[in-house]
Amino acid sequence: MDWRVAEVVNVVAETPRAKTIAFDVPGWPGHRPGQHVDVRLTAEDGYQAQRSYSIASVPDGTRVELTVERLEDGEVSPYLTDELRPGDRIELRGPVGGYFVWEPAQGGPLLLAAGGSGVVPLMAMIRARAAAGSDVDTRLLFSSRSWEDVIYREELERLGGDGLTVVHTLTRSQPPGWAGYARRVDAEMLAEVGPSLAELPGVYVCGPTPFVEAVAEALVQLGHEPHRVKTERFGPTRG
Amino acid sequence: MPPIISRGFRGRRDDDAPSGRVPPGQYVTRDFPVLSAGPTPHRPLEQWDFSIVGEVDNPRRWTWEEFRALPSEEVTVDIHCVTKWSKLDTVWQGVSVDTLLDGVETAAEYVVQFCDGGYTTNLSLDDVTGGMAWVVFGYDGEPLEPEHGGPARMLVPHLYFWKSAKWVRGLRLSATDEPGFWEVNGYHNYGDPWQEQRYWGD
Amino acid sequence: MDALMLDGNAVAGILQEVFAVEMTTAIGTCNTCGVTDQVGALHVFLGAGIVMRCPHCDNALVTIVENGPRVWIGFAGVRTLQVTV
Repeated sequence: MDWRVAEVVNVVAETPRAKTIAFDVPGWPGHRPGQHVDVRLTAEDGYQAQRSYSIASVPDGTRVELTVERLEDGEVSPYLTDELRPGDRIELRGPVGGYFVWEPAQGGPLLLAAGGSGVVPLMAMIRARAAAGSDVDTRLLFSSRSWEDVIYREELERLGGDGLTVVHTLTRSQPPGWAGYARRVDAEMLAEVGPSLAELPGVYVCGPTPFVEAVAEALVQLGHEPHRVKTERFGPTRG
Repeated sequence: MPPIISRGFRGRRDDDAPSGRVPPGQYVTRDFPVLSAGPTPHRPLEQWDFSIVGEVDNPRRWTWEEFRALPSEEVTVDIHCVTKWSKLDTVWQGVSVDTLLDGVETAAEYVVQFCDGGYTTNLSLDDVTGGMAWVVFGYDGEPLEPEHGGPARMLVPHLYFWKSAKWVRGLRLSATDEPGFWEVNGYHNYGDPWQEQRYWGD
Repeated sequence: MDALMLDGNAVAGILQEVFAVEMTTAIGTCNTCGVTDQVGALHVFLGAGIVMRCPHCDNALVTIVENGPRVWIGFAGVRTLQVTV
């Protein structure tokens, strides 16, 4: 598995802090919903940094899209969101991560819990589901700081229905008249939003490590079988 | 195929560091990255002790109160992590290993640092004596935080920082050299940053 | 709970580079507590090198140290590994 050269095709703002970067990756073998790539950046003096990002898009020839949220004190994310222009090149390794994958043939029901940019691999699953015309019972519980920070907001609104339910919780500020959840995800919220235990749902949780820890613990408290709960913690990264 | 250079990527490092102080292959940072081989232990101080054991005539043990009553000093040193970051002029508060070994009779030539969480790293006794090493409990004027090794960690600045174990609970003196956690898994047995001794065979 | 911890899936890239097959769905047996788990579910810590620990007993199962094309992988804590090739 070698590092491949990826050339930026375009950059689109999703929210004030997140951008989707589309790359052309010659030789791309395709990928499965939920997989990620390792990204490597090399400076002129040889200094290197490496991070992992989930693939946002469904397979489409040599095109690969990543959605990156700019971390204030980040070393790599500000470069990706603020600096990259069409024609620029980075290196990718992947796709990898068969553990955190859902494909429509696996069926459901599904409970997807996203913390901020943790929505990216889950969105890849939702897009794959839509592309397959699947009506598997899928519930996305999506925690964001504010309405402006909800990544893929409009697309999720359009895709809702046909078995897909999207429930938001906004933890820092809410728009006027907001009647939805306004707190961190907890066991009560998961029980209200998720399918019943009897239906043996598959659960995927993704986001910053503290978010994933809290949700995973709540799920186990509610009685979900640990082997049916797949987690992808973002955490801090190397170097 | 050599790596592709990404236009405009610099990374977050300090450019104007005095050159004589940065070992080969290192980059200077103003941050304090947290690296860990395992979960952060949270040992309450009333359960903490520090021991000198092994090939010694008179093993020693200090409770937290006894340890904090020992003479301590402030030291300012540069530290170098094998993952390529260096941090200059870090300020610590701690007890010199010379103080801890004062009066300890031993023929041992080697020492293993052992810790909460099971991490170990090995050195020669020469590398921790003669003003070369401390057990530190304060960083930058504050109590050492758990994620940085608190309540106490080793400080051995002349070697790569994996030789300064976090959450240290004691030193085991030994007649033979016993490679520790990283030394058996690919990292260099000695670890001198000025000779870039990072990996086996370096 | 450790805010620094990742899942085994996070090191899928280096594992696949070394083993040339999907490793996150490989199943390992911990030689301390005997529990089996998918590699993707292991607890990953980033220290001087990568450490993968048993989610049940914290035993260090796998260590990975990289120096460019040279990679050292220690399997001291794994009794058996089941892989699909």
